[in-house]
Amino acid sequence: MSILIDENTPVIVQGYTGRIGTFHAQEMMEYGTNVVGGVTPGKGGTTHLGKPVFNTVKEAVEATGAQACGIFVPPPYAADAIMESADAGIRYSVCITDGIPAQDMITVKRYMRRYREENRMILTGPNCAGTISPGKAMIGIMPGHIYEKGSIGIVARSGTLGYEAASQMKALGIGVSTSVGIGGDPVNGSSFMDILTHFEQDPETEAVMMIGEIGGPQEAEAAEFIRDHMKKPVVAYIAGLTAPKGRRMGHAGAIVSAFGESAAEKVEILREAGVSVAPNPSELGSSMAAALGGIAKVA
Amino acid sequence: MDIHEYQAKELLSDFGVPIPRGGLAYSPEQATYRAREIGGDKWVVKAQIHSGARGKAGGIRVCENDKEIWEAADDLLGKRLVTHQTGAQGKVVYRLYVEEATNIDQEIYLGFVLDRKTERVMVVASAAGGMEIEEISASNPESIVRASVEPAVGMQPFQAREIAFGLGLEPGQIAKASETILGCYRAFRELDATMVEINPLVITKEKDIVALDAKMSFDENALYRRPQIAELRDKSQEDPRESYAADRGLSYVGLDGNIGCIINGAGLAMATMDMIKHVGGEPANFLDIGGGASPERVTKAFKAVLADEGVEAILVNIFAGINRCDWVAEGVVQAVKNTDITVPLVVRLAGTNVEEGRRILEESGLPILTADTLAEAADRVVGAWRDTKAA
Repeated sequence: MSILIDENTPVIVQGYTGRIGTFHAQEMMEYGTNVVGGVTPGKGGTTHLGKPVFNTVKEAVEATGAQACGIFVPPPYAADAIMESADAGIRYSVCITDGIPAQDMITVKRYMRRYREENRMILTGPNCAGTISPGKAMIGIMPGHIYEKGSIGIVARSGTLGYEAASQMKALGIGVSTSVGIGGDPVNGSSFMDILTHFEQDPETEAVMMIGEIGGPQEAEAAEFIRDHMKKPVVAYIAGLTAPKGRRMGHAGAIVSAFGESAAEKVEILREAGVSVAPNPSELGSSMAAALGGIAKVA
Repeated sequence: MDIHEYQAKELLSDFGVPIPRGGLAYSPEQATYRAREIGGDKWVVKAQIHSGARGKAGGIRVCENDKEIWEAADDLLGKRLVTHQTGAQGKVVYRLYVEEATNIDQEIYLGFVLDRKTERVMVVASAAGGMEIEEISASNPESIVRASVEPAVGMQPFQAREIAFGLGLEPGQIAKASETILGCYRAFRELDATMVEINPLVITKEKDIVALDAKMSFDENALYRRPQIAELRDKSQEDPRESYAADRGLSYVGLDGNIGCIINGAGLAMATMDMIKHVGGEPANFLDIGGGASPERVTKAFKAVLADEGVEAILVNIFAGINRCDWVAEGVVQAVKNTDITVPLVVRLAGTNVEEGRRILEESGLPILTADTLAEAADRVVGAWRDTKAA
């Protein structure tokens, strides 16, 4: 098992016929993802990359039984695309788009709460690299070959730092069950805690690597959750120890604007909750190996 | 994106927020003329820089005649003001705002922020205004009133009234205060702000309510649909290194160290800076080159980093996903040939087509040091920088 997606999950791509959507849909198919079609308003009825194109997500879901969706549409239209997938009955949506206005995301989050929890779509992103269950399927833009199949869950705000973690672990023979990018925006879909909940319940995941950064309350919230509700070991790393206060570091959400949001404070909060924190970013793999040593399982 | 006080006041005034009469001045002559236009017998000359705490830095002057206004303006224009928000390099005053003086009876803090925990707009107010909200929450936490806005329906008048009564205002002031609070909220929503702060909102001796200072920040992701806000950008208030990079579509933050950084991805960029610091170096900048590391983009990144005279070594760290290492390596080779690099350069490539990328760097014959891992890259660049210092 893995979380969120596997080789059987039927996936559609929004922004399917666009340049970026086309490129990544192709990569996803080559990796083994079960892409069943795509959506581009106005191009319904045509075929693209050998799969049907639909005008609306609802039509795509009805015709293909799609359960997951990758969103590759430009920022002005992306919030609308997320809400459309939530309304069409998609179970899991990954929004890759970077640059969605924060107030649009507030609207999206509010809209998603219209649905009862059991019918509510899971969203990861926006502004993320996507989700991959190595050897099975991916929705996103990551290089699939750097992931070794295994039993470690990764949840990260940053895409490339997630790659760094996966490749450091691969070098030590440690593989990944699923890697989830939650994105660098101030208002995002699933939080660290949401994804940790999935990993805790997944029988195939035995430990989790959590990669946070400066800004926002989600790492502190996750620390509390790990302390109170998780049995599996969690290794964390927080980027931005050298980031000055009040400056936005690339990601729209990477800014220290309140107490508890700096890297040093988050590290302290995590350590107090009993989480093992990698002292620097070159020790992501070795810190995980050490944590696994505790439960005696390094390949 | 930040804007000036006078710009925030103009915007908020359109949403019904009361502001004192005032006018903009670029010269002492204009400042005295503005005062005469406004009338009265007491004025405040306010330095317009993108920072709070201007009063403590001497940027706010109360004047009672033409001569005082002239002298205040003459002194402030062109001056570099240093506040605890500007950093040591300070910010230069190019514009002044001349305003009628206000008879202050009470100072209120009124702020609107995007609260990331609740994912809603949060209103924060306190009757202990005039100092920064951090100070208020430390010294006077029981004075703080909060309200959270339900995004589907927006802020309701009862919420504004609750805040106004919560501040202990007199019954006669509630309507005007509520209007001001609702006006700020509408401005926040309709202009895609990320922060609106009126500190202080003043109750005058004449029992009027007026916004004495105003600060607004905007969501850069929403500027595409707010051209009137995008126009308010003032490059004179930005670090010139950052303006240069921003104009070329690069995400760059200038720092005080000497190791220039070129990295793809914001998280990896922060982590690389942390790694440099961990091995004893100081990063000169944050620079996220973004997804498509084309040769042109790599060249632009090199130019942006080299424009900083403090840079004494450069580290390129690219974890290639969709962009392949060979392509990035071509970019680095071209950039090195196109720019005058005299400082040590360390390149670490990882990910797709990494062997091909390394081969291109080696075969270029250029003095490029390479590294396989993040730790090695940081060690090598800090080591190379130390060697140049020792030589």
